[in-house]
Amino acid sequence: MSSPCPDCSRILRLVLAGALLTCSLAAEPALARQLRVCADPNNLPFSNARQEGFENRIAELLARELKATLHYTWWAQRRGFIRNTLKAGSCDLVMAVPAGFEMVDTTSPYYRSTYVFVHRKDSPYRVRSFNDPILRSAKVGVHLMGDDYANTPPAHALSRRHIIDNVVGFPIYGDYSQPNPPARILDALAEGRIDVAIVWGPLAGFFARKEPVPLAMAPVSPALDQAFLPMEFDIAMGVRHGEKAFKAELEAVLKRRHDDIQKILGAYGVPQVASADRQEAER
Amino acid sequence: MTPYRTADIAPVSATRSLALLVILFALVVADTAAQDKRGTQAGPPEGAGVLPIREHYQDLKPHSGAALPAWLTEQEESRWEMPAKNYASTRYSTLDQINTETVKNLRLAWSFSTGQTNGHEAAPVVVDGIMYVITPYPNIVYALDLAKGGALKWKYNPLPQAAAQGVACCDVVNRGLVYADGKILFNTLDTHAVALDAETGRELWKTKLGDINLGETITMAPLVVKDKMLVGNSGGEMGVRGWLKAVDINSGKVAWTAYSTGPDKEVLIGPNFKPFYAKDQGADLGASSWPPDMWRIGGGAVWGWISYDPDLNLIYYGTGNPGPWNPDQRPGDNKWTLTIFARNPDNGQAAWAYQIEAHDLYDYDGVNELILLDLPVNGQMRKTLIRPERNGHIYVMDRATGEVLSAETYTHVNVTQGIDLQTGEPRKVAEKKTGFGKAVYNICPAAPGAKDWQPSAYSAQTGLLYIPHNNLCMDMRGVEANYIAGTPFVGAEVKMHPGPGGHRGEFSAWDPVTAKKLWSIKELFPVWSGTVATAGDVVFYGTMDRWFRAVHARTGEILWQFQVGSGIIGQPVTYLGPDGKQYVAILAGVGGWSGAIVPGELDARDGTAALGFVNAMKDLPKHTNKGGALYVFALP
Repeated sequence: MSSPCPDCSRILRLVLAGALLTCSLAAEPALARQLRVCADPNNLPFSNARQEGFENRIAELLARELKATLHYTWWAQRRGFIRNTLKAGSCDLVMAVPAGFEMVDTTSPYYRSTYVFVHRKDSPYRVRSFNDPILRSAKVGVHLMGDDYANTPPAHALSRRHIIDNVVGFPIYGDYSQPNPPARILDALAEGRIDVAIVWGPLAGFFARKEPVPLAMAPVSPALDQAFLPMEFDIAMGVRHGEKAFKAELEAVLKRRHDDIQKILGAYGVPQVASADRQEAER
Repeated sequence: MTPYRTADIAPVSATRSLALLVILFALVVADTAAQDKRGTQAGPPEGAGVLPIREHYQDLKPHSGAALPAWLTEQEESRWEMPAKNYASTRYSTLDQINTETVKNLRLAWSFSTGQTNGHEAAPVVVDGIMYVITPYPNIVYALDLAKGGALKWKYNPLPQAAAQGVACCDVVNRGLVYADGKILFNTLDTHAVALDAETGRELWKTKLGDINLGETITMAPLVVKDKMLVGNSGGEMGVRGWLKAVDINSGKVAWTAYSTGPDKEVLIGPNFKPFYAKDQGADLGASSWPPDMWRIGGGAVWGWISYDPDLNLIYYGTGNPGPWNPDQRPGDNKWTLTIFARNPDNGQAAWAYQIEAHDLYDYDGVNELILLDLPVNGQMRKTLIRPERNGHIYVMDRATGEVLSAETYTHVNVTQGIDLQTGEPRKVAEKKTGFGKAVYNICPAAPGAKDWQPSAYSAQTGLLYIPHNNLCMDMRGVEANYIAGTPFVGAEVKMHPGPGGHRGEFSAWDPVTAKKLWSIKELFPVWSGTVATAGDVVFYGTMDRWFRAVHARTGEILWQFQVGSGIIGQPVTYLGPDGKQYVAILAGVGGWSGAIVPGELDARDGTAALGFVNAMKDLPKHTNKGGALYVFALP
């Protein structure tokens, strides 16, 4: 069972009312400048309507640096998120996209993470590689996308090895009436419904700490499974194409406050990997 | 798959090493041996202003020899109660005031702005001097008084949840409402079924059928059979499980639910189930033809058309693509996706099922219209259903048994080499098999198929079918990175491009008896509108570049055309007005999957947007803006 979510109905009302709700930081005096962030109201550890995510922390830091009041445009981060928020002009900044994501102009990356294998600490399912024979017998949970021909890199890596019948698919969209829908895969692991979960690092790092039983995680390998299937991604911020001055400002803050941003990421358990190209697949 | 997607998609991240490019290049080079190969063009052909072009394929015949089902009684022509006109889905009117002689005098009688800017796919409904129109999300219903030049009689706003817009894959369309028993019945994007008093617009009941939180929406027009409203869900890209529900039109209560996937009990397959082909026979195939439990999120959404044979007491409808992942992750037949079902409308029990294609590779949802006609086959009249299918074949089936009688192609197809009528299976072309990370060029037809939802018409006057369709192929090459719910993922880079000839759409006349194309009009863009055929030998359809056309039913000659404000993807209807004159009505307002680039303001530089459709539609914004309006035409 998922943890109770006292705020979920409120969040949903906010989202479903379609109100482009704006929240400003009460403590701040009203400043002329606004930092308008496009964010998901129900997706910890990244962001939520109660502003408890690490992207909320980093947005607050940005707002302070830019001497701006922080405003949010809430929209579930699904297909159409960029179109309905950033491109619709209701906000100006997406806190996270893969570096080079073409729909937006991306800043220099501010962290790099990896997909991880997660298991219960007391279990024998300590997987380190997609080539580990354990993956053929264990119950393996993996996130699935709804887009045709598209999926999470671990899902592709499993099906390429014909690891299919023992795989439990968790649609990334999940049930949006529940808190942080993508986190259900870690609930399932803690409850023993699956033996191994393959999860994007930041999600695993945060929720592994919150589950009732101790969980352990390790980066997946190979880090590049087939030449075109990376398991690690550089994450950057996104602005509208052509907003060069704003992008330069953001990059200056990312540089200047690098250490503080790293502290925030650390506090939320985001597993990071060195950005050195790791092309050597461990065979 | 489903109608237009507005995937926020981006090509391979720039951080990817050069090795990737090298590999992709190698794949491209390695693929040059493949026949019928062609890279994506830089975009649609510029200066294709010579279109439309009319082509004749064979001599005219007085009549094809097809016949309307005996139970199809003459309908009062002052009424158009359901989008498909009648249970046989003919979209045929016996009116002939507007005919090949008089149509040149057709002019605008009145118009009405819907106030909405997304894709308008609905058919107006006319009953007792009132016209009823439904808009895309927010699904406002207008009742317009025909005696007063379309004056607003009442308006109803169901106030659907705004978040439904973020769930819909493919624009926030609605394909129409239905009149039955003094009620206006329709569905909202956020999965409600609604009944209104047709006279006053008062809400009689409103029932929630699905859950947008689980990725479900509703876009289809319902069909009312006896005292039940039949409707299914959309959301094949969101990992939904497809269903068709029957809702009691008096109480609003759900009478039965037939799932598309899962065990027989939930698919409503019981002792009376008699599929014609061996491949569709067996217990619990809806579960056993999937990896364990994968049927629970297996797609098979029901978002298209339903027909009904009152004599056989069977409804007919189709299911969408398997979901939600690439084919490698769902080995097996993936039943009952891409399937035509025949069911008893009283209890939902299946009489037969025919899976058009097992294990779909190309997103060919099997939800298109099913036209019920009687056809001479080997000297015998057979009760048939005709399905112009997404995969480019026109299936003629015995509607009592589910036997495929013929399945000829009506457009360029290279993914199959015909359908084996003994087994009911398509002969798939191995070179066109897609796989993750594999470059496959020139897959014809593309994902929207030779034709998508846009419904055909049948003329009892000529015995021909009139088919609005696409001429699109696609390339799948390499991979691209994307990001949803904080999670990076990768998928095939899909780009669509015009098919052979360089035009992207066609409007064709098809002889269902000889299974041959008689004539065809080649259009610049996909013909994404419906059509209506009349006893005056005039057939109407609309184009995405803003033309509403009237063509000669026997020759395809364009007899009259009118340029409206926005591209047309709606369904034309014709009716006798209160003044005894024949009118023709059409909703304009570009959008839908094919027109996503306009209302969605998608970036033409991102050819993979709307699942690769944007690549083929880059020039559409030069031809049309967004904006919904109703146009009603009459003779002076």
